Amino acid sequence: MRVKSETILPYSLLVPTLIFVILLIVVPIGQAFLLAFQAPDSSFTFAHFQKMANDTSFGDALRFTFLLLIFIVPMQVVLAIIMALLIHTRFKGHTLFLYIYAIPLAISDLAAGIAWLSIFTERGYLNSILNQLGIFDKPFLFLSYQNLPAMFGTIVVAESWRATAIVMTILLAGLQVIPRDYFEAADVFGATTLKRTLFVVLPLLRPSLQNALIIRTIFAFQTFAVVFALAGRVIPVLAGESYNWYVANRNPNIAAAYAVLVLIFTVAATWFYLHFFQTSAAEAGYD
Amino acid sequence: MAGIRFQSIRKVFGKTVAADSVSLEIRDGEFMVLLGPSGCGKTTLLRCLAGLEHVDGGRVFIGDRDVTDRAPRDRRIAMVFQSYAVFPHLTVFDNIAFGLKMQGRPRDEIKRRVEESARLLELTDFLKRYPAQLSGGQRQRVAVARAIVMQAAVLLMDEPLSNLDALLRLQMRAELKRLHQEIKATTIYVTHDQVEALSLGDRIAVMQSGRIVQCDVPMNIYDYPANKFVGGFIGTPPMNFLPGVVHANGDGPTVVVGESHLAPAPAFAHALSAKNGEPILLGIRPENLTLAPNQQANTIRARVRVVEPLGSHKLLTMQVGTEISKVSVAPDQRVAPNEDVWLHFDPEKIRWMDAATGEAISATVE
Repeated sequence: MRVKSETILPYSLLVPTLIFVILLIVVPIGQAFLLAFQAPDSSFTFAHFQKMANDTSFGDALRFTFLLLIFIVPMQVVLAIIMALLIHTRFKGHTLFLYIYAIPLAISDLAAGIAWLSIFTERGYLNSILNQLGIFDKPFLFLSYQNLPAMFGTIVVAESWRATAIVMTILLAGLQVIPRDYFEAADVFGATTLKRTLFVVLPLLRPSLQNALIIRTIFAFQTFAVVFALAGRVIPVLAGESYNWYVANRNPNIAAAYAVLVLIFTVAATWFYLHFFQTSAAEAGYD
Repeated sequence: MAGIRFQSIRKVFGKTVAADSVSLEIRDGEFMVLLGPSGCGKTTLLRCLAGLEHVDGGRVFIGDRDVTDRAPRDRRIAMVFQSYAVFPHLTVFDNIAFGLKMQGRPRDEIKRRVEESARLLELTDFLKRYPAQLSGGQRQRVAVARAIVMQAAVLLMDEPLSNLDALLRLQMRAELKRLHQEIKATTIYVTHDQVEALSLGDRIAVMQSGRIVQCDVPMNIYDYPANKFVGGFIGTPPMNFLPGVVHANGDGPTVVVGESHLAPAPAFAHALSAKNGEPILLGIRPENLTLAPNQQANTIRARVRVVEPLGSHKLLTMQVGTEISKVSVAPDQRVAPNEDVWLHFDPEKIRWMDAATGEAISATVE
């Protein structure tokens, strides 16, 4: 009997999570697929996707989603690597920095968006400061449809602030499991800090970089609340369009089509990272 | 090539004194072994030399250069790590070449030197492999090759053999000795294995609690341990210790051990006479005790407890009074457990020690 209860225990512990995942993730994904591919008479159709693609905002949403990805992800990763390396040196007061870096992790994206809105808006904090410094005598319109680059820039800044911490956390964890001996061997054999980072630390950090990139890219495809708060629909993104079709246009089918598209991009990106960052079989010692 | 000088090195970790004013000079080309139990400070001393630890006091010299405040890369050293620290993302070739690349050596020089040191360590066939494709022993050789390719003034080795299995360790030990005879780099070798120390060292510095308790050539360390700790740490099995009391009379001193009187070697007569009536410790190695057929001078009654035939010799566990002593005898010696025998002490081989401090008593040189 004892043996049996020990076999059952781990599964029974997994049950709550399993129920949660099924109800809140697996079922909605299934429903999204049904909505995206089902005609009113329950037959299979591509009509929703066609309608999605023909929508005027579709091209913009696609373009802006990828532009944000291209602008934010590389910058964030570089920034996060630098932050993680700094923290890893354990300089005096590094825990304080860790706490400061972690603040955005605790804030919801909509709240973050609104906070940045209060900074960038016409009478926001940034304009007050610029005004008092005498740089501009009248407010600069960061968030104007007439100045798309500035608006886009504010989103890049806000998104970077919000999501760099998670990348840094993953990288820092990865750094901490690299045995200290590798750092020391690099030092003894003549590497400067820069060379050590380039030729030893970053290659050894590759698995963590892979994880960080996957997570960050998934987040980038799902970017929505911050963009919505700062730019409304002037800068449309895929996730935002999905929301808009569902709430404003009351069309769950096209909303689902957008959701499925985001899912496809996400899976493709993940596959790319897994493939691109793969350790060769020889390096892993499999042959 | 360069000698090394530690000058009153002090290193403290929290409340632990890892190196307590350690001074040591190592000659150019010498193979120096730092030997001691874990936590004695031997690795700390090595890391202070490598620049991987900042000293809390004292100076470190390599050759004539004071390197105390220099970064590891400016010390012209090479090191073999206990974990090997062979980079897993680089091939064997690139691992060995790492240091030369950091120095910005020309490509053909790197190739030539890497191939040469790979040949010395029989790694030529493995240059294109990754560390994960190698056995532990091969990885260890890569770590050694990476160090010797630097032709550094000083070669540091931190327990390089401790992760190998027994047979491989034996092979690599001889291999390292051959290598040192070939390249003659000043080498500091840290180990807790006294056999490695005896086998490899030109000299051995025995450490305990952050201090060097004895530094000498291996056979002197073995035959004349400076104190009870060194005698008890070195040798398999280690030195036997028996308590006794000094009796001095007109004919010179004797030492009473149990019911027997032992006569010390003449060189100790003077030193021991001064300790008349005082307790004393007798240290003797297992191979310097023999079984005597009957009671004679310098014998003690003892009972055989355990007989272990070990091929090249028999190891006896003997009860001497209330103490246990190990005795090494010839393999054909006829002896049975629970037999009462006479144990003969060779007076010339006895190391007398102060019972309170454990410090060896010096012979009087006349």
